[in-house]
Amino acid sequence: MTETTPDVPSAAGQSRFRRLAAMLWADKFALVAMIFLIVVLLCAILGPMLLDNLATRQNLRGRNAPPFDLTRGWAFVLGADALGRPLLARIIVAARNTIMVAAGAVACSLLIGAALGLVAGYSRRGLSQAIMRLADVIMSFPSLLMAVIVLYMLSASVTNLIIVLAITRIPIYLRTTRAEVLELRERMFVQAALVMGASARRIVFRHILPMVLPTLLTIATLDFAFVMLAESSLSFLGIGIQPPEITWGLMVSQGRPYLTHAWWLSFWPGLAIILTTLSLNLLSNWMRVALDPAQRWRLEMGKKND
Amino acid sequence: MTDHLLEVRNLSVEFHTAGGRVKAVQDVSWHLDRGEVLAILGESGSGKSVSASAVMDLIDCPPGKITAGQILFEGRDLLQMDSNERREINGKRIAMIFQDPLSALNPVYRVGWQIEETMTIHGTPRAEARAETLELLGRVGIPDPATAVQKYPHQFSGGQRQRLMVAMALALRPDILIADEPTTALDVTVQAQILSLLEVLQKETGMGLLLITHDLGVVAETADRVVVMNGGRIVEQGTALEVYRNPKHAYTRDLIASAPGKGAMSGGVAKEGAEFLKVRGLGKKYGAFEALKDANFELMPGECLAIVGESGSGKSTLAKTLLRLEEPTAGTAFYKGRDLFAMSPKELFAIRREIQMVFQDPTQSLNPRMSAYELISEAWAIHRDILPKDRWRARVAELLDQVGLAPEHADRFPHQFSGGQRQRIAIARALALEPEIIICDEAVSALDVQVQAQVIDLLADLQKRLGLAYLFIAHDLPLVRDFADRVIVMQGGRIVEQGTVREIFDNPQETYTRNLLAASLDPDPEVQAARRAARDLASA
Repeated sequence: MTETTPDVPSAAGQSRFRRLAAMLWADKFALVAMIFLIVVLLCAILGPMLLDNLATRQNLRGRNAPPFDLTRGWAFVLGADALGRPLLARIIVAARNTIMVAAGAVACSLLIGAALGLVAGYSRRGLSQAIMRLADVIMSFPSLLMAVIVLYMLSASVTNLIIVLAITRIPIYLRTTRAEVLELRERMFVQAALVMGASARRIVFRHILPMVLPTLLTIATLDFAFVMLAESSLSFLGIGIQPPEITWGLMVSQGRPYLTHAWWLSFWPGLAIILTTLSLNLLSNWMRVALDPAQRWRLEMGKKND
Repeated sequence: MTDHLLEVRNLSVEFHTAGGRVKAVQDVSWHLDRGEVLAILGESGSGKSVSASAVMDLIDCPPGKITAGQILFEGRDLLQMDSNERREINGKRIAMIFQDPLSALNPVYRVGWQIEETMTIHGTPRAEARAETLELLGRVGIPDPATAVQKYPHQFSGGQRQRLMVAMALALRPDILIADEPTTALDVTVQAQILSLLEVLQKETGMGLLLITHDLGVVAETADRVVVMNGGRIVEQGTALEVYRNPKHAYTRDLIASAPGKGAMSGGVAKEGAEFLKVRGLGKKYGAFEALKDANFELMPGECLAIVGESGSGKSTLAKTLLRLEEPTAGTAFYKGRDLFAMSPKELFAIRREIQMVFQDPTQSLNPRMSAYELISEAWAIHRDILPKDRWRARVAELLDQVGLAPEHADRFPHQFSGGQRQRIAIARALALEPEIIICDEAVSALDVQVQAQVIDLLADLQKRLGLAYLFIAHDLPLVRDFADRVIVMQGGRIVEQGTVREIFDNPQETYTRNLLAASLDPDPEVQAARRAARDLASA
């Protein structure tokens, strides 16, 4: 939006930020979600630097140590895994790989899928058909099978994992975007822009994309959890992230054999996945309202009304 | 005091909304007798539909809340009944028809089945219901009922669908029929047919008819008594003639004064200089269907040329081909001597500045995520040579002022404006490009009568000051009579007649034009009564 209103004094930019902050304050769930995500992000950035030694040091006397026992030190508050490594430290360290793979894959598939979807929705028949058939091909191929093939041929690294996961998720964004664009391009305000002589680029980015974005962001947050779990199943098959590298998904699958007598091995990393996705969901929900001028009042008026 | 069929006493309804509690109606009282037509007249937001919704138990609680009052049906208070009792009355004793018949019919069932259903759920045997349905369809004037029952809703025209709705409402022989803007979505000629159908049926069955409308013409045509509402209160009630002749409240006086069709007619503007637009043999085909056939006309500088006709007559197709939103399949159009259809994209881009359009529904033609400032200044972001960026703010303020809005409205979003204000923004946006021609596609038909009058005044004023030419597409004939200089009458994609307003309105040559003029409703009940008498005489 700033691109077209640069002549508004910079005070407006500041007040816009304050307005957003006030709207975030009004929605307590979103606020907590935001704080949680910032904590996760800090863990991802700083965790491996500070806790790498602690998280990888084996301690066979403390195998499967139960949680809530502080005698071994604060790092063991969530218990220890099958090799006696403290779960809390491992979760914090694993945040980096997890977030990197999930965010990378979701961001890539969102960007590529939305771009292709916009083109497919707005362009002529031929090109649109070509893009859609491509999406059909990707969708008809079992995504895990494709991942196995690709990762078998390439080496299993974080980058390759991101690429593979991104490709398999592209059709979802592509199809959603195209469907919305097909509807939006017939809207009266798009016609009005055409009458003014607006270029295709302007119509797509200024009039259509902002209307599609909330839907895409909602899908992206839901997809976040899916990608985290898909990554763990790839790791489980031995073609994803490999130990000693860790991710939350990998921790869940590593804890699986011990579920009957040491539930905490899978539970804590699972909880981390759930909380992260939930927070993203709450935040995207808040964002959908906060970015829509017609809905904004819901946040701005607070709870004065019943 | 319970001798009325339906009586609403001191009804107050509140809604809880963003802006706090809104009193939708306050202390509203009216009554309806058997065999009577009562009209509730008001603009949008006046609360005219709320009391009828309360009668039908259609108010969502919450956010709605009935805070006071009684609704007596044959002496029993509907508001005290439980929902089972209400269901027995709804549909069976009190039926309702809505504005948009397409959304009220289920598209996946045959219409015969849907009408039968209303009867069978109230206990009529299927075979009996089937026979009754055939008879009903005949009575509401659907041709060939036996095949019609086998069809789906989309196979009927708008007017026929409204007839189907009437048939459905009448299936159980209700004592009261509530019609909420039953003809607003229909063409004038179809509107006249539906209204006379309602009238005939009401006389036949002796039911009470409650008509909710914003149209003085509809009141004049059908109503015995009228209740005028404004801002949630009843400002006036009386017989239709009494209220029209002798309005006591300032609001009613204003409403009647702003009804179009009373001003002087234009005899056309002097033909001097070269024409702006010269259209020859313009045609548009969609496959085998010809939406537009062989259109020929001129538009002079400073002239307002109206295009009238029913829906599907090709009015909008004409506008869209001229703007190159649709590619024509035949003919030429010259704008200041240059062929519009032979232009390169670059030339066309330049022409876009000079021919602008104002759309029917400002709610849809303004991007909901852009502020008024962004909407208006977008014109200059597209055509960069008009205005340097540092002057945009000032010019937007100027334009807002020109269309009667305040400069501080610039940072508001479309949903924060009323319908009339939104249309003003759309006009300001069109003006931002300093056009020579503005094409108005039903630009005021979605607005309330008074707002309509204001917007028309604005357009006329701008025409005078800036020397604009208008191509004014409308279905509202009184409005055209007041505002336009010349008129083109279209039917089935063809121009059937064109001439100055005076020629067309005083001396129409074609039967189609005459029918169109006869079907349009006058706000004066006496004029309508005379027309009705003439019609009855002609049909007798």
